[in-house]
Amino acid sequence: MAGSITEAVEIIDAGRGGGTGTPAGGGDDGGSSSPLPPIPRRAYFTALQLGLAAIVMFFMALASSYIVRKGLGNDWQHTPMPTVVWFNTLILLASSGTIILARKKLEDGDREVFRSWWWVTCGLGMLFLAGQIIAWRQLSAAGILLSTNPSSSFFYLLTAAHGAHLAGGIFALFYVLFRPWKRSRISQATAAELASIYWHFMDGLWVFLLVLLTLGR
Amino acid sequence: MVTEENGGGHGNHRPPSGFIRKYVFSTDHKVIGIQYLSLALFSVFLGMGLSFLMRLHLAWPAAKWPFFRGGLMTPEQYLALMTMHGTIMVFMVLTTAPQSGFGNYFLPIQIGASDMAFPVLNMLSFWTTMVSLLVMLAAFFVPGGAPISGWTAYPPLSALGEISGPGQGTGQTLWIIGLAIFSVASLMGALNFITTLIDLRTKGMTLGHLPMTCWTWFVTAILGLLAFGVLLAACILLLLDRVAGTSFFIPGGIVISGQVIAWHKGGSPLLWQHLFWFFGHPEVYIAILPGMGMVSHLLSTFSRKPVFGYRAMVGATCAIGFLGFCVWGHHMFVSGMSPYSAFAFSMLTMTIGVPSAVKTFNWLGTIWGGKITFNCSMLFALGFVSLFVSGGLSGLFLAQPSLDLYLHDGYFVVAHFHIIMGVAAIFAVFAGLYFWFPKMFGRFLHEGVGKVHFWITFVGVYATFMPMHFLGLAGNPRRYSQMTAGPFLRALQPLHVFITIAAFITIAAQFIFLFNVFWSLFRGKEAKEMNPWHATTLEWTIPSPPPFDNFGGVAPVIYRGPYEFSVPGVADDYILQTLAPDLVRKA
Amino acid sequence: MLSRPAESGSTSTALALSVFLVLMTAVTVYILMAKIWWFPPAITAVGHEIDGQFALTFLITGVIFVLAQIALAYTLFRFRDRGQKVTYFEGNNTMEVVWTLVTLVLFVGLGLYAQNAWAQVHFMGAAPGALPIEVTAEQFAWNFRYAGPDGKFGRESSDLVSASTGNPVGLDPNDPASKDDVVVPVMAVPVNRQVELIIRSEDVTHSFFVRELRLKQDAVPGMDIHMHFTATVPGVYEIACAELCGLGHYRMHSTLTVMSQADFNEWMKQQEAANQ
Repeated sequence: MAGSITEAVEIIDAGRGGGTGTPAGGGDDGGSSSPLPPIPRRAYFTALQLGLAAIVMFFMALASSYIVRKGLGNDWQHTPMPTVVWFNTLILLASSGTIILARKKLEDGDREVFRSWWWVTCGLGMLFLAGQIIAWRQLSAAGILLSTNPSSSFFYLLTAAHGAHLAGGIFALFYVLFRPWKRSRISQATAAELASIYWHFMDGLWVFLLVLLTLGR
Repeated sequence: MVTEENGGGHGNHRPPSGFIRKYVFSTDHKVIGIQYLSLALFSVFLGMGLSFLMRLHLAWPAAKWPFFRGGLMTPEQYLALMTMHGTIMVFMVLTTAPQSGFGNYFLPIQIGASDMAFPVLNMLSFWTTMVSLLVMLAAFFVPGGAPISGWTAYPPLSALGEISGPGQGTGQTLWIIGLAIFSVASLMGALNFITTLIDLRTKGMTLGHLPMTCWTWFVTAILGLLAFGVLLAACILLLLDRVAGTSFFIPGGIVISGQVIAWHKGGSPLLWQHLFWFFGHPEVYIAILPGMGMVSHLLSTFSRKPVFGYRAMVGATCAIGFLGFCVWGHHMFVSGMSPYSAFAFSMLTMTIGVPSAVKTFNWLGTIWGGKITFNCSMLFALGFVSLFVSGGLSGLFLAQPSLDLYLHDGYFVVAHFHIIMGVAAIFAVFAGLYFWFPKMFGRFLHEGVGKVHFWITFVGVYATFMPMHFLGLAGNPRRYSQMTAGPFLRALQPLHVFITIAAFITIAAQFIFLFNVFWSLFRGKEAKEMNPWHATTLEWTIPSPPPFDNFGGVAPVIYRGPYEFSVPGVADDYILQTLAPDLVRKA
Repeated sequence: MLSRPAESGSTSTALALSVFLVLMTAVTVYILMAKIWWFPPAITAVGHEIDGQFALTFLITGVIFVLAQIALAYTLFRFRDRGQKVTYFEGNNTMEVVWTLVTLVLFVGLGLYAQNAWAQVHFMGAAPGALPIEVTAEQFAWNFRYAGPDGKFGRESSDLVSASTGNPVGLDPNDPASKDDVVVPVMAVPVNRQVELIIRSEDVTHSFFVRELRLKQDAVPGMDIHMHFTATVPGVYEIACAELCGLGHYRMHSTLTVMSQADFNEWMKQQEAANQ
């Protein structure tokens, strides 16, 4: 309404702040004087589910291509699964555990412990990615490259696609830690919940891809 | 402190300031809608220019023109024009204007929201789309030029690189990258639309009170969300085949231009077709559904009658959306795909004709018994109905594989998709523009000039595209740069000349439209009334153009459905959705 | 505020629009019924069946086309704004059910009916004793291979393909079965004899299309696709490529000559002689 001046404006990436703390309907919009209209909290969850649906379709296209390609031509040759991949899987599964723990601590109000476990989750995620790169290097050292065989093509492609999406997830985890949440439309707890849903999904997606790659080999 | 439940405080916010924030990197859905419409306007004229050159060559293949090296257009130049024509029209015009253009502008308003759910994401969607357009246009300027494999880019032609033809080098790579970027942009947009529709509807705006426009934007966004991810995957696979030596789509044993392609084997060209058409078929429904919603809306408004069979229309829209994912194989009847699958796809395709027919009957039912005003908006809406009938019926032929044996990849198909997409969908955009222009810009498009535009265009499109059916019946294959190879083709040349002349006249008429748009922006009759059409939906309750936050910070309340025209016992022949029941004047 | 006053000139606009729709419909129907541009006559039995299916589809879609365009023309004219009262109705459930069911039965029925011809073309293979011809498409020509007197196709290999030495399909000279294989750029078949085509491609996807056979089949590299037909009318027919294959797509043209068995035997002898 005219007269009351409350604004909350930030740029989503750099947190260049403006405003005096109490947001009106503003939030993560760009610009120093265009606060945002209010939207219900559940919209973020709707959006996340929709985003996950789109990602599912993307991976289903790749997975069905994998199955079709394997069934055709008789040039499919088994790509050995580097052992490190199993460790990476455990790391990723563990990170799903730590993220649950972190959120519980946040709920309990224990912010410092939340941050610690959240950092551990980030670390485990990055360790997973490093491990995937090690797996790639092991394969390429054995002479198995992207174009060597359709089975290796899919191995690299699927792990890269998953890795890219997981990297996005790690970015989201950092965002939860570093963005000034006081001046946002949602709370840090909500953001943490959203990030963790995405994270668990990435975990589950990895298990699916692993099963596909293992059965297919 | 932020209150979680409603996302924070009362809806008080100030408009953006500064040219860049207001007009370039704006997060205002209205500005973004206009940006998309502008991108589409530029693209449609570019696409038309390309088709102008194509038709020029088809009519007079031996003629020399000053703008070609050596005077003659080469076959590869024709094919490059054709590829970019199709790509630009399908993606940069038909996927943007009806959905991202009008949808962005009017969806939040029609549901009573002050913006999309994620305005920054919205801005990113537009600029990502712009980047994809620039990447694609860059294909014209690289060595080898634009690709020649059609908008469908079938491998191996699209996968083998320069060796399979001019333009198949860098040009094709840029095309693929541009398309991949476009897919990401579309996914972002779809996500925003759906979230907004689900979560931001104002009080009283139940699903049953949604205007047909919103329903079609909704279903279209769902189609986009589920389909573009598949296109993105396909593009990545094709790119890898081209640059990384993989063999997803390229089989072994290929000999091309005297060279044996020994480093590829085992891939399947059909795999690309499946992936592409799994996306491609929903894509064509993405192109037409918003237009159908707009037409329902306009037929109702300008006959002063409710939409006939609102629920059936919603059901038909959802049926078309769902079935749209089940029919992709009808593009592949003669591809070498299993003939048993072909049978299944054929039956599903015949079935999808049913909701389309239901919509047509309901459109007729909407205007029956009404009081029709023949302004430009209504003329284009009525034209849409005629064109949809014409274009849709040829689909019944193509859906039967035994008939498709003859008609596949011929001019009958070209006629079918042009009438439906290239004309009917565009007519809906015209109709929507004449309707919403006063709201968006505070001025009317000139009706007289508009009527001239309508008549030349309506007659012109029928003159241009109806004869293509006859070419198809005579067996004229498509994507031929000229009809000179054999006697039966040469015999069809007079019809090609006729089509070219009709096309030139129709294209010329579009400059009348362009003039109308730019003239009216500055000199058009002012829209002094907020609701000049006496329409019922929310956009007509706010000023023209609307303020930056649409409703001034006060969420509207909805009391009824969107098509309460000529309600018996009511004094006025329309009731705004926002009019409280006790304020409705009795007759 | 009451409803808007009747638009002046709405009668002339409505009339013009109605008249145009009727004219457009009439011209279209006339051109189709007069068959001014039409299929060439079919030369196979299944081709005639396909034509019958075309006729049925034309009938059904033609009736719908005429009725729908006329209904639109009539409705928009009759209900132009002349200051009349509007009849308010929101729909009619009975009508919805009826026209949904009718179109469903009609369209699905039409589709089911069409499958017979499709089944004949694709659900059954060639009968034993059919004349096998291998069709190899390339940028931008058609090659037709006959098995020769031994009735066997010799081995082919892509590394042996060489246009300059007259070996467009890569016949292996070391395979005895190849010696009598005849490779020609035009196709000839005996009348009333079933022919089995084995359609393949050397480079990109092409499509083998002969109008009079009512036959089209994509030639996909990496696949050998079988088709069969029995031509019943002698003559020379055009073969066109029907899948975009590159800059020469428009001129990838050949001929199919259907001749008597005697003439075909003679033709075959000449080709074999030229082969030596």
